[in-house]
Amino acid sequence: MKTMKLERKKRIIRLAVWTWTWVATLAMATFGPKFIWDDHIFLTTFAITVNLINGILMISANRDLFNHFDEFERKIHLEAMALTLGLSVVIGLTYSLLDTTNLISGDAEISFLVMFIGITYLISTIINLKRFQ
Amino acid sequence: MKNRIRELRVERKLTQEELAEILGVSRQSINAIEKEKFDPSLTTAFKMSQLFKLPIEQLFLYQPE
Repeated sequence: MKTMKLERKKRIIRLAVWTWTWVATLAMATFGPKFIWDDHIFLTTFAITVNLINGILMISANRDLFNHFDEFERKIHLEAMALTLGLSVVIGLTYSLLDTTNLISGDAEISFLVMFIGITYLISTIINLKRFQ
Repeated sequence: MKNRIRELRVERKLTQEELAEILGVSRQSINAIEKEKFDPSLTTAFKMSQLFKLPIEQLFLYQPE
């Protein structure tokens, strides 16, 4: 059964690699056009395509890891995901409304929502783990 | 659901980690099952039944809420 731990480690490493490369390609696609290749259309399209493909591979690696979870771990993560999805929709739309009604200065940035999703998922997973200990 | 997993595991001198490895689940799962905070799937319950050589109804006690 040591193979189970090894397999888990392998899947975590695979997900980490795809996540880091996704972040790197996202940074490249964001800053490259302005700072590296001077808005060259082909290079920009290429960078965005690479980032998209990388993102799909990252999702696939995440699904592989999820499929390796046992029933308890799945429960923990599914509950955390459900809470994260609900809060993201509600908070995201409230944030958007604050922007469209000009109640906040500046534009609503998608990056804030992405950060909110990450933090909410992390906190709800930790809370769920504590709950069942 | 009440269960006798902890008692049977200790009887057989198994750690939570060892039992988890035998059943192919995480140590946290065994901990949550023993503390009766999580009910295992039918597959895991049958694996436990085979391991401890006891029928499922002697491992788990269903109490309607």
